[in-house]
Amino acid sequence: MRSAAVIAVSAALVMGTTAACGSDSGGSSGNTKARGPIKIWYSNNAQEVAWGNQVVAAWNSAHPKEKVSAQQIPAGKSSEEVIGAAITAGSEPCLIYNTSPASVPTFEKQGGLVALDSFKDGTSYIESRTGSKADQYKSPDGKYYQLPWKSNPVMIFYNKKEFAKAGISTTQPPLSTYADFLATAQKVVSSGGAKYAIYPAPSSQFFQSWFDFYPLYAAASGGKQLVENGKATFDSAAGKAVAGFWRQMYVKNLAGKETYNGDSFADGTAAMAIVGPWAISVYKGKVDWGVVPVPTAQGSSGDTAPTFSDAKNVAMYASCKNRATAWDFMKFSTSKAQDGKLLDLTGQMPLRQGLEQAYPAYFSANPAYKTFAAEAGHVVEVPNVPSSIDVWQAFRDAWTKSVIFGKEDPNQALSEAATKINQLVSQS
Amino acid sequence: MVSTALSGPRPRTSRSWTNRLLGRQPIGLLFGAPYAVFIAIVFAYPLGLAVWMSFHDYFFTAPGVSVPRPFVGFDNYRAVLGDSAVRQAFLNVLVFLAINVPLTVVLSLVLATALNAAVPLRTFFRVAYYVPYVTASVAVVAVWLFLFSSTGLINRSLGSLAPSPSWLINEHWAMPSIAVFVSWKQLGFFILLYLAALQNVPKELYESATVDGASRWRAFLSVTVPGVRPATTLVVLLAIITGANLFTEPYLLTGGGGPDGKSASPVLLIYQRGIQQNHPDNAAAIGVLLVLGVLLIAGIQQLLERRAAR
Repeated sequence: MRSAAVIAVSAALVMGTTAACGSDSGGSSGNTKARGPIKIWYSNNAQEVAWGNQVVAAWNSAHPKEKVSAQQIPAGKSSEEVIGAAITAGSEPCLIYNTSPASVPTFEKQGGLVALDSFKDGTSYIESRTGSKADQYKSPDGKYYQLPWKSNPVMIFYNKKEFAKAGISTTQPPLSTYADFLATAQKVVSSGGAKYAIYPAPSSQFFQSWFDFYPLYAAASGGKQLVENGKATFDSAAGKAVAGFWRQMYVKNLAGKETYNGDSFADGTAAMAIVGPWAISVYKGKVDWGVVPVPTAQGSSGDTAPTFSDAKNVAMYASCKNRATAWDFMKFSTSKAQDGKLLDLTGQMPLRQGLEQAYPAYFSANPAYKTFAAEAGHVVEVPNVPSSIDVWQAFRDAWTKSVIFGKEDPNQALSEAATKINQLVSQS
Repeated sequence: MVSTALSGPRPRTSRSWTNRLLGRQPIGLLFGAPYAVFIAIVFAYPLGLAVWMSFHDYFFTAPGVSVPRPFVGFDNYRAVLGDSAVRQAFLNVLVFLAINVPLTVVLSLVLATALNAAVPLRTFFRVAYYVPYVTASVAVVAVWLFLFSSTGLINRSLGSLAPSPSWLINEHWAMPSIAVFVSWKQLGFFILLYLAALQNVPKELYESATVDGASRWRAFLSVTVPGVRPATTLVVLLAIITGANLFTEPYLLTGGGGPDGKSASPVLLIYQRGIQQNHPDNAAAIGVLLVLGVLLIAGIQQLLERRAAR
């Protein structure tokens, strides 16, 4: 009898589950004219926290009836997962200043984002601030679900001390072509300057290809995205050349294949790093660094060679009630004055056209950042396609298997990955 | 007569009906209710939801967003079973269990027996074995990364015998390395279980064995091992369940299941598919298969144990 009671209770639970699952309907509402207090999240690094605090304070003192309360994005394995979970729970704030463009298609599919075109001046504001580069952030339906905020053009940092020890020029290091790069890498490792020449994370996380393959592919292909017009573009001479270059780095043991716990460049384990200007504050006081564009087969065309943007954008989320305030705050926080403060406090490049001309004083005081500003005008974004994360995971799996661990011919792996990605994009 | 009337058939039937439904001490249900509610909310409901999701086209949406969630039959199961990465992950976890479970049982029983004896520094050793269990995996993983790297202490000690590529990036050694790591990390907990069980083994049995001329090894095999059999059942079951839920170690130690998915686990794929890629329906199908797999292995283990006990 008691067994029967237990079975009945279990069945009721499962039925309850089923009923609950089947009844998921309703509709999120939002008024683009509503005003009032809003909440925002921003990144948790010290520089962006400082920027966030001052922008909120500046806004709140001028808008006492539309107060903004801000907090750092809650801790999680990645901010994308935290945001995805918050959307599902309906607990996300109005604005998040840490929205990864790669996750925008997923958040959009969840019904978690507000199209910024729904504001009268939405499209015009975005396009006048960012210029033609804003196109990369448009969704397939032609709308903007993200405001392009800041980029971190990925370049090659090198350790001047280790290069000097290896007898390599610290002002004009030969890192422009693949052949030069390989020779320099070999030299710096052979000299005992560093254990590895460079150490991009060899792990399988979907986003790691943004810091080995993608910057070099952007440069080699003249600025192509991974997927264009619904088709993978990397099963090409440019893609194969990049894969061949990295394969050589791994075969010659010039790049590390093991998980590294820490920052290999800051620790001196690697003589170079492939990263954006956000890392400068991390290297401060630890590494005397120089920076050059990523290499290409024939030699890169200086700081106008395309590279990966590593951008983070601002998006408005569906649970936001006071959307007019949120939109005004979005514009306030990405105004010329606030972009200048962002540059000053974080060293990251606002996605604003004519960056060097807009902040001449900053760049004359910080000449090291000029090259990033020049690159910022040529950044390539991840493709805004449905199943974006699946696409990158498929690419990463092929990359680790072939290029890092040598279990398959890289050209073959790229072809197979392209076929798989074409299917993923066409199915979604 | 009075006594006969009081114990007549009608009242007895009524009492036995309530007895049968609520037990002889109905208040026990009240005491047990909080845990039952906890189980219902934290385990039964999510399990029911996972089973439901695995048969539907499901993805996470914002509250109030209305999307169709059609019944898709076994499509999600077909998709995950047709995926070589998923098959590899299940194979990996079998390799893991084949190493981890026996290693855990043998080491924890032997060490618990040693620690149960009057050895010098007994308390120190008990604490030393327990410390890894209560230390955060993230911290311990950093130490193991250092030890098992190509230029780490292990390879330096082994010299030319060290595998190439090194342990954690070697497709043959990555999963066994993780299995050894997890065995070591959890040893303290299982030693505690065995230590508790050893207290219940009658001392007289050891005395009888000694009188019969049994060696220490024979006494261990003939007295200790059968004496802690219920604890062994528990240790094996817990090791299987925790092993099947392997996630942190491949995520951190081998950079997300590398090399080339050779240390990926089903739970790691559940995380990738369900959380990162927003395919909770596929992830739920992997989860349900994992639950069934664990039940099957645990069932076989129970069967073998019962046969051995006869």
